[in-house]
Amino acid sequence: MRNLFRGELVRLTAEEPGSRAKVEVHWQRDTEFHRLADSDPAGMESEKKLKEWFEKRNEEGFKPERYSFSVRTLDEDKLIGFFGLWLDLIHNEAWVGIGIGEREFWGKGYGTDMMKLCLQYAFTELNVYRVSLGLHAYNPRALRSYEKAGFRLEGCTRGDVAREGRRHDSLWMGILREEWIQMQNGDSK
Amino acid sequence: MEKTMFDMATQLFEGQDVRFGPIDHEKDPEIESKWTHDAEFMRLYDVAPARPMSAALLKKQYEKLEKQIEEEKNLYYFTIRAKADDRLIGKALIQWIEWTNGNAWIQLGIGSAEDRRKGYGSQALRMLIRFAFAELNLFRVSARVPEYNTAAIALFKKLGFVEEVRRRQALDRDGRRWDLIVFGLLNSDWQNQVRA
Repeated sequence: MRNLFRGELVRLTAEEPGSRAKVEVHWQRDTEFHRLADSDPAGMESEKKLKEWFEKRNEEGFKPERYSFSVRTLDEDKLIGFFGLWLDLIHNEAWVGIGIGEREFWGKGYGTDMMKLCLQYAFTELNVYRVSLGLHAYNPRALRSYEKAGFRLEGCTRGDVAREGRRHDSLWMGILREEWIQMQNGDSK
Repeated sequence: MEKTMFDMATQLFEGQDVRFGPIDHEKDPEIESKWTHDAEFMRLYDVAPARPMSAALLKKQYEKLEKQIEEEKNLYYFTIRAKADDRLIGKALIQWIEWTNGNAWIQLGIGSAEDRRKGYGSQALRMLIRFAFAELNLFRVSARVPEYNTAAIALFKKLGFVEEVRRRQALDRDGRRWDLIVFGLLNSDWQNQVRA
């Protein structure tokens, strides 16, 4: 059996409200990170409030439509990012949100490793038919990483995000189960 | 003066044969309950599982909806009524509004089969778009349509919407997968259209 929670550079851990809130405060100071990851306005919240929010999510317990993980490096066990999967249980689709808050880990293959684990989890544990995501057109690093993971570009919504007085497109990608399986078979040759 | 949609005096909520109205908590639940018993309508209208709803349940849902409108301020909901007899024929909504980005999603349905193919949906959609662009001042609106809803696809295209995303095989219905299409319309494109 595969090790679902261990990649080549990172491992997946449970979300622990205390440490997660601490890094979130630190990540929120980086508005470039926020703007790459989200389309809502950047904001700042207290560690106390964030901790309560993560605690509430923990207290709600496991929900069949939501799966979230903290991501730590293998070599230093440093909490660098997160990903979450939201499922449409009727149509058997998962949406993924992924982020590396520690910017010194950008562009070094950590995101690609995270996405590999994310898709493996979605297709071999959650057994979804497809995985979807959206990203900003001004985030070409993410686009390349997602393409490498096997996502295909499915379209572009024109100018739906406004930042710095300009309009920016959003890109939408998807990968089907059969495409992912084909990739795995190709890799093992 | 322009006699098209940019006239301040042109009513936002009055079309040729239809008008927008608020929810009627007394009468509407019975009528919408009938629509929910029509599986075809439910599947054309939404990707959520079709399920028949009682008038009592719908009554509660309307109350929830109005509470949500008041609290979250990112949703507009209109009932569509036939002008001739003031009958409830459908619903139109603008939802998930992101005010800082000026974008939102629209959704519209004509409830009973005998009211379809009469141009009511087209009139209501025009009114909804005008409201989104000329009153809410949104930059763009989006709509998601399953690939099997050919009437909706034709209508959105007629009104200038562009197919922007085709989410491959995103829906599972009747034992097969279907694409989910996202249509988009920009305020600027709409203005060029109505000025032309």
